[in-house]
Amino acid sequence: MNNLLLLGTRKGTVLVDRTTSGWRPRPMAHDGIPVCYAACDPRDGTLWASLDHGHWGPKLSRSRDGGSSWEETPPIKYPAGARYITKYLPTPDFDPDAPSGAPEYTDATVYKIWNIGFGSHTQPGRLYAGTIPGGLFVSDDGGDSWELNRPLWNHDSRGGDLFAGDATSDNCWGGTPASIDYGVFEPGIHSIVVDPRDPDRIHVAASSAGVISSADGGRSWSGSNRGMRMDYLPNPEAPWGHDPHFITHCPGQPDHLWQQNHCGVFYSSDGAASWKKVSVPGAGVHFGFPIAADEQDGRTAWVVPARSDMERMTIGGGLFVARTSDGGESWQAFRNGLPQENAYDIVLRHALDISGDRLCFGSTTGNVYLSEDRGESWQCLGNNFPPIYSVRFGRG
Amino acid sequence: MVTVEMTSHLYRFFPQLENRVVQVQSGSVAEVLQQVEQLAAGFTDYVLDERGALRRHVFAAINDALVIDRRTLSDRVPEGGTLYIFQALTGG
Repeated sequence: MNNLLLLGTRKGTVLVDRTTSGWRPRPMAHDGIPVCYAACDPRDGTLWASLDHGHWGPKLSRSRDGGSSWEETPPIKYPAGARYITKYLPTPDFDPDAPSGAPEYTDATVYKIWNIGFGSHTQPGRLYAGTIPGGLFVSDDGGDSWELNRPLWNHDSRGGDLFAGDATSDNCWGGTPASIDYGVFEPGIHSIVVDPRDPDRIHVAASSAGVISSADGGRSWSGSNRGMRMDYLPNPEAPWGHDPHFITHCPGQPDHLWQQNHCGVFYSSDGAASWKKVSVPGAGVHFGFPIAADEQDGRTAWVVPARSDMERMTIGGGLFVARTSDGGESWQAFRNGLPQENAYDIVLRHALDISGDRLCFGSTTGNVYLSEDRGESWQCLGNNFPPIYSVRFGRG
Repeated sequence: MVTVEMTSHLYRFFPQLENRVVQVQSGSVAEVLQQVEQLAAGFTDYVLDERGALRRHVFAAINDALVIDRRTLSDRVPEGGTLYIFQALTGG
């Protein structure tokens, strides 16, 4: 059982320990600084926090002593020449009779380090970082240096190799509202899944593009969106433009992947080669942000549903967690221990995690709930945390 | 020489700059900031992005005039002048 929790919050990093008298939060680390993601490297126990400074740019902070002290690591930077095709939000002054005929390019800078992924146990020091505007960075020295994965950055779905010249294909990646905080509308990589059987098999998810997979350690990438459907573009089955909110897999059965998408819950039992929509809107399971998969049983997963998608509130004012154990054919709602009236909690994409029979989630209204019985009942770990961006179990 | 004054927020990350007058050789904003970088490694990563431009929410002024060239930082800080670096207020 895992006895450490990491909370990434609007006001810093909170480590929560399971003690003989229950779960106890430590004093805030990185106090006052938004932390959009915090996680523990399962290989060596290093703690990581992605600092989302409002003014000073994104930084990574690392603790190698269990959170007693933190150090800032060398910054992630796009290399010179890294460009992307700019996406714009529709504006009132857009003239549909005179659209720009040529793509416009922007020199890439890191706005946000949205997710940190870890290599396998056979890859000591291998880390991944997903960013807005849609770059995947790789480190092989424990985060002391980072390199942009160019095959993904130069993918045909983004216009091709813009280091070499102008676009050679159309850009099919849209922006994410999560980038609007930075005054832009750019894509972001928020999910990184490494197959423990073969760490060269990697899946990443980008909003708004979809799932992109590599079978050769990132030397080449292809879209993995067959079976996906979206309800906001003319062609709901288009290969690109999807909005996964989060993807994860079952570590014990890595071909079983789960996706909470803007347009429903999707399940793959063939390594993301195809997806099946398993939403049950009548049971409230459709819209939401996070999703967690069982560590051993690929057919079991949990979501925290929300009211789709204009309101982004709880359904009927009550908070619940839904679990499937049959690959999404049916879902069971669990409410025991969760507020059932006047609740406005939204659980963001990184704010639900699982470790064994334990699950934990935190909400934008600063509530943290933990279950020790596979989500069937919940205890509150606190109601007065800052808005929660991420919840991850530690190690040990 | 020119003086560099900055928001106290930056002292949290660069305590070596606190409780002292930061004075460096005059030059362009870029040149002045590079000299501050020599005093406090990593400083420019806080106020500039990887293109060398002022970050969106960083406010810089030479004496009482806003820095115009936020992208290449070519504005000159004159001898005896002061470069101010603050966080831009963008909300309540």
